[in-house]
Amino acid sequence: MTDTKPITFRIRRYDPDVDTIPHWEEHKLNVPDGMTVLEALHEIKAEQAPTLAWRSSCRMGVCGSCGMFINHLPMLACQTQVLHLGTDVVTVAPLPNYDNVKDLVPNLEPLIQKHAAIKPFIILSNSKEIDEPTGEFIQTPEQRDEYSQFTFCIKCGLCLAACPTVATDPLFLGPQALAQAYRYTVDNRDCGLQERLEAIDAFHGLYQCHMAGACSQACPKGVDPAFGIQLLKRTLVLDSIGFGKKKSSLARVMPLADVVKAIEEFAPPPRTV
Amino acid sequence: MAKVHQFDVVVVGGGGAGLMAGLYASRTAKTAVISKMYPTRSHTGAAQGGIAAALGNSEGDNPAWHMYDTVKGSDYLGDQDAIEFMTSEAPQAVIELENMGLPFDRTPEGRISQRPFGGHTNNETGKPVRRAAHAADRTGHMILQTLYQQCLKNKVNFFDEYQVLDFIMVNGKAAGVVAVELSTGELHTIHAKAVIFATGGHGRIFEVTSNAYAYTGDGAAILFRKGIPLEDMEFFQFHPTGIYKLGILITEGVRGEGGVLINGKGERFMPRYAPTIKDLASRDVVSRAIYTEIKEGRGVDGKNYVYLDIRPETVNKFAAEDGRTNPDGSKFNLTAEQVLKKLPDIIDFCRVYLGVDPVTQMMPIQPTAHYTMGGIPTNKFGEVVIDDKNTVMPGLYAAGECACVSVHGGNRLGCNSLLDIVVFGKHAGLRAAEYVKTAEFEKLPENAESAARSEFDALRNGSGKENVFDLSNEMKKVMFADVGIYRNEKDMQSALEKVRELKKRFKDVTVSDTGKIFNTELLNAWEFGNLLDIAEVVALSALNRKESRGGHSREDFPERDDKNWLKHTLVWNKNGKLEIDYKPVVITKHQPKARVY
Ligand SMILES: Cc1cc2nc3c(=O)[nH]c(=O)nc-3n(C[C@H](O)[C@H](O)[C@H](O)COP(=O)(O)OP(=O)(O)OC[C@H]3O[C@@H](n4cnc5c(N)ncnc54)[C@H](O)[C@@H]3O)c2cc1C
Ligand code: SF4
Ligand code: FES
Repeated sequence: MTDTKPITFRIRRYDPDVDTIPHWEEHKLNVPDGMTVLEALHEIKAEQAPTLAWRSSCRMGVCGSCGMFINHLPMLACQTQVLHLGTDVVTVAPLPNYDNVKDLVPNLEPLIQKHAAIKPFIILSNSKEIDEPTGEFIQTPEQRDEYSQFTFCIKCGLCLAACPTVATDPLFLGPQALAQAYRYTVDNRDCGLQERLEAIDAFHGLYQCHMAGACSQACPKGVDPAFGIQLLKRTLVLDSIGFGKKKSSLARVMPLADVVKAIEEFAPPPRTV
Repeated sequence: MAKVHQFDVVVVGGGGAGLMAGLYASRTAKTAVISKMYPTRSHTGAAQGGIAAALGNSEGDNPAWHMYDTVKGSDYLGDQDAIEFMTSEAPQAVIELENMGLPFDRTPEGRISQRPFGGHTNNETGKPVRRAAHAADRTGHMILQTLYQQCLKNKVNFFDEYQVLDFIMVNGKAAGVVAVELSTGELHTIHAKAVIFATGGHGRIFEVTSNAYAYTGDGAAILFRKGIPLEDMEFFQFHPTGIYKLGILITEGVRGEGGVLINGKGERFMPRYAPTIKDLASRDVVSRAIYTEIKEGRGVDGKNYVYLDIRPETVNKFAAEDGRTNPDGSKFNLTAEQVLKKLPDIIDFCRVYLGVDPVTQMMPIQPTAHYTMGGIPTNKFGEVVIDDKNTVMPGLYAAGECACVSVHGGNRLGCNSLLDIVVFGKHAGLRAAEYVKTAEFEKLPENAESAARSEFDALRNGSGKENVFDLSNEMKKVMFADVGIYRNEKDMQSALEKVRELKKRFKDVTVSDTGKIFNTELLNAWEFGNLLDIAEVVALSALNRKESRGGHSREDFPERDDKNWLKHTLVWNKNGKLEIDYKPVVITKHQPKARVY
């Protein structure tokens, strides 16, 4: 048997159909080494609190469903081991800075909308290039590395929960969206900065950020959105004084010819061993 | 009364297959994508290793080789017309993704980088070929995000966090679906001319699995209850390298980068099972090898696991022995920095869940239930076919892991699933959009949502003698132990009886949560009902197939038997009784022969 430790979970409960305000419930569990907060919640639901609600799916830190406020910090429940928290009482609440749908389920609609607002996709002057591509764009590993880390974002929303500016200005675009704006703007395949400016350079946009850096501390995927925001500010300044990186609408496109030829040329291949 | 919405095409599922279908259907048809999770939470995001396409960016390759490898990998059960279609479409599909902005890793020249993957070979030398296009070990995540963002660009209509409960069929044609809105508990009827199911797999029938909690086979179970057959359900892939006990996946990319499997005696054992491509043999072969090592007492400390080793010194030692070189012919030399850069998520998983650092320590692994080869039968256009003559049901489509085209046959090759979802998702979308141009809306039945409502009522009104969690644990245990990597008549028979007993006991569960908002207790119970239906079909299909092929390995029939069993299984639900039949495999270019790696 592995050793277990008794832990008290203080869980914030709220069902708007019956409760006027949220309340706390305590559940005791013997926690073995290695158990995550998510596994603990499953066990509590199975044995003690069948109506407890939260979101989770992958249980491996890639789907971004299970963001919660654990011991007063925004974290992914599936990536947090209970015993690593080092407290006998573990509090679990829904993410702050979002409305509460029920129990541990926040309303993430603002996150989704802000993300959409910055046009998070490659913008080309000729969009037919994307719809019917004739080949792959050339992008060197160095050009890829310029935005690489920002593509790791899983939209868990922890950064918005941590952000002091979002707490005071709910309409602030926030770290997730701004980091994505940078991700696309610096991609050598993209020419969309001007189109994005409308959202980024607005009253609730980029310049609301006071560089508290809480978002980067909370981010479970090493995206470092604060760094993205900083780089985006620099990009905007350079652009406004005419020193922005010039991009032609297309990098180089490679013909698909050799692949197409291959299909015609090859008869069924010889046997392999 | 349920709210009613109307669209030409409705796509159920927002993973890679569903988003691709939505993207292409919405080019010309009024389309909605319904997903029980936010689309970017879908399990496509968990795919790590890569997407297969014979781009030939790093070395000579071509789609014909890719086709042959896939046919061979499928143990000749894959339909060759569909496989040829998929492998020929592959380069274009990957280039489309690249154009949409997917951040692929690049070669020094700036082209999409490719890595070797199990079963993908140069057909002339038999050696592994670099065919898997990848974005670190997060390829699925990148595909999912990129496709979702393209959908935003194209203003696709999303119904996020709506769970589909029922399929509406009128006059033998698709007419829509019924869904529950999670945040309110309200039922909605979505009236449509065409319905595309892209709901993913059902790995949650097994105890140890790489699959997400949401992998409960909803789409397949819904259609099955409506009388649509399920194909080749005995074929389930057990991935060789899951984290010990947890089942969380360690990508085959680790072995693609040079990692090797080591048994409890410290030996590299794969050369004994697959002399040519060794640790990169097909998944079924490697899973069985691990299982055999464990069974013969060579697991680590007598336990049910072996090691996966990616420590640079081990990798370089064996690479030198194998004569492995870089694409330019230079000496192969892996460094710790490269491991960190190429496999960041794997490093993370091991640190978080195992407290192991793969750069300096070996990873304890065991085979884990991974991928659903069988599913809703379709042709290569994504149209659902409902009998042994491949008759198409008008307006109904399926794509992705829930579908069985069949391109994976008895065993799927790594990186072929991401390819499958992109290619067949797209074509199902295009085909459906074409269909709705001329099709009419069928008239909705009155109270279209009543069947879904009574399924919920039944769950609320059971006697309460039984509890879903216990039943679920019992099912997972028996399926993993008795319908798992190795199978035999006696165990499968008892597994089937057990599942049937569980189905009876399931009638006695009751859901205590009477709330409407995010009632996960109710939904989990409903999903468990799907898993039970699926588990029964899996066990029955496996019991009936008296041979070993691909992922289906029988101790009592250890050989492949092409004379009697080169055929697809079909199982129907006829008013609660299961009926089984078979249909022929499409063979065009490659006659079956022994499968040696
Ligand atoms: C850990 C892991 C690693 C993998 N690595 C690779 C790899 O390297 N290469 C490769 O080719 N393949 C890989 N695979 C396999 C591949 O990722 C999957 O087969 C594929 O992504 C499935 O895509 P899909 O679109 O069919 O399903 P999913 O992406 O799972 O999407 C299913 C969708 O259906 C929705 N849904 C389900 N039920 C309902 C319902 N009742 N109502 C409404 N919506 C519903 C869900 O919300 C979800 O949006 C891997 C799989 C796993 C688990
Ligand atoms: S930037 Fe980080 S914290 Fe914010 S949503 Fe993305 S992954 Fe989550
Ligand atoms: S459950 Fe997917 S991130 Fe935690």
